Amino acid sequence: MPRYVARRLGQALLVVAGVVVLTFAIMRMVPGDPAVAFAGPKATPAQLAEARERFGLDDPLWVQLWNYVRDLATGDWGTSLRTRQAVLDDLYVAFPASLELVGTALVIAVVAGIPVGVLAARHKRRLPDLGVRATSVLAVSVPVFWLALAVQTVFAGRLDWFPVAGEYDLTLDTTSPLTLWTNITIVDALITGNWPIFTSTLEHLVLPALVVAAYPTGVVAQLTRAALIEESGQDHARLERSLGFGETAILTRFALRPALNPVLSLIALVFAYAIVNGFLVEAVFNWPGLGRYAVQAISYRDTPAIAGVTLLVAMVYVLANLLVDLLQRVVDPRVRLR
Amino acid sequence: MRDRLGLFGAALITVIVLAAVLAPWLAPYPADAPDPANNLLPPGAEHWFGTDYAGRDVLTRVLYGGRTSLVIVVAVLTVSATAGVILGVVAGYAGGWLRDVIMRVTDVFLAFPALLLSLALAVVLQPSVTTVIVAIAVTWWPWYARLAASVAASIATRPYVDAARCLGVPAPLIVVRHVLPNSLTPVLVQVSLDAGGVILTAAALSYLGLGAQEPTAEWGLMVQQSQSLFTTNWWVVTFPGLAIMLTAFAFNLLGEGLRDALDPRRVVK
Repeated sequence: MPRYVARRLGQALLVVAGVVVLTFAIMRMVPGDPAVAFAGPKATPAQLAEARERFGLDDPLWVQLWNYVRDLATGDWGTSLRTRQAVLDDLYVAFPASLELVGTALVIAVVAGIPVGVLAARHKRRLPDLGVRATSVLAVSVPVFWLALAVQTVFAGRLDWFPVAGEYDLTLDTTSPLTLWTNITIVDALITGNWPIFTSTLEHLVLPALVVAAYPTGVVAQLTRAALIEESGQDHARLERSLGFGETAILTRFALRPALNPVLSLIALVFAYAIVNGFLVEAVFNWPGLGRYAVQAISYRDTPAIAGVTLLVAMVYVLANLLVDLLQRVVDPRVRLR
Repeated sequence: MRDRLGLFGAALITVIVLAAVLAPWLAPYPADAPDPANNLLPPGAEHWFGTDYAGRDVLTRVLYGGRTSLVIVVAVLTVSATAGVILGVVAGYAGGWLRDVIMRVTDVFLAFPALLLSLALAVVLQPSVTTVIVAIAVTWWPWYARLAASVAASIATRPYVDAARCLGVPAPLIVVRHVLPNSLTPVLVQVSLDAGGVILTAAALSYLGLGAQEPTAEWGLMVQQSQSLFTTNWWVVTFPGLAIMLTAFAFNLLGEGLRDALDPRRVVK
């Protein structure tokens, strides 16, 4: 196990190094001179030269890459052209809000997707299965920004059941200010017992979280179904059947646990996908997370901000994959033997 | 039953492709002829899907939008599958350090969620349909490379490949004549499974203003331009969105049907 962990860690570090180089390469592809973009169109040649000097644009590429890596390592992720703040500070505020949204969505996806998958597997090739399969394919086919707009218009606009946008009612900041611990609003509100902000956040979460959950729920349901059907054809299922267990009992008591293993490893993939899919939902619901930050950065051509978001999400993705790989060896003894 | 859903997907795609190809003949109005006097008309006999803020027929623009989407899908999948298969087959057959290098590079690309890398690329390039194609293809090829590499590696150990090697057939010829053709089936299945994802990614990039620009008819762009009108004029957002969803749905159903039909393990069940 320790040797495996070390090898897997080394692999992850190598990938992170590649991620940094690729991000650097993309950001250097910006058409036009970054010095002109910084100094403005009316800059004098002297100001331009100063900007070139400041960004080290006259250095050879490998020196620039080295400086970039050194800056990243020392916590200097550049300055956002839009907010004029350090990108890392912006991310520090935005990332927890994204986690809050995507975390809620993934909980919904697991809680809803697994039972639905069991239902489909239990009634394989009959009407409930067809319905579940068609609905889950539909859920992964719907453009998430459009679903967000539709849900917002109907349930917040027309019916007025939920707030239209935002993370919580900002007027509460004056009446019951929130003490920050984790920067995740709903968690902080819960541990400090700030009920007004807690309920307000919960109300604001419902619609965007359901929209973000659509895709992962469909994927989890489909995979649970497929894994259960595969598992219920195994020898152990035949034995259980001959012992007189019913199909439902075989699925839920014996097949579900081994079947959950691929579902678990899928969660890491879906997690990263959901964060990025959540970008569009955040933009529609004005959720103060990474997505809104990135989308606002787009119209400003705010490359340092985009690079920051890209790096952060890629690193989170690598980390999530690493954790799932390690966790799988703990949960499923069969993986250890391979 | 699986087949029925797959067949339904295939039928739906046929209709969508025909509608897109025949758009100039089917569309009741010119694709880009603003008619401000008739803007934001609700759906009716004259305009089945209503008109948009500039008075253009929404049905016409939805039909033409299909052309844009299909061009993007075909271009992305051709470019990324070709690049991925070439690199993957070489890596899988050659093995050794060449395989390690290629696979580590794909690992790096796969470390980015696809939409995010496309988004970052699209931001630094000028917004256009070509940008969308490039941005998505760059994030898509590693999946094919990885798939083709694993298939090619298993084919490289087959007796007929050994036989060819013993007969002195040069390696490039073995790859082209024996390994490549036998590696294609799983890749083609994956391509059909991915078409829906490409449609959604392209629509998302256009929705963010990074793709097609006015006056090109593109579904994501249509949603973006009319989103503020959703509450008052539901049709301007609803129809382009439905078009994206139906197309992705059809491709996903077909892809699943093909996967099941071509996977012998599943046919047995």
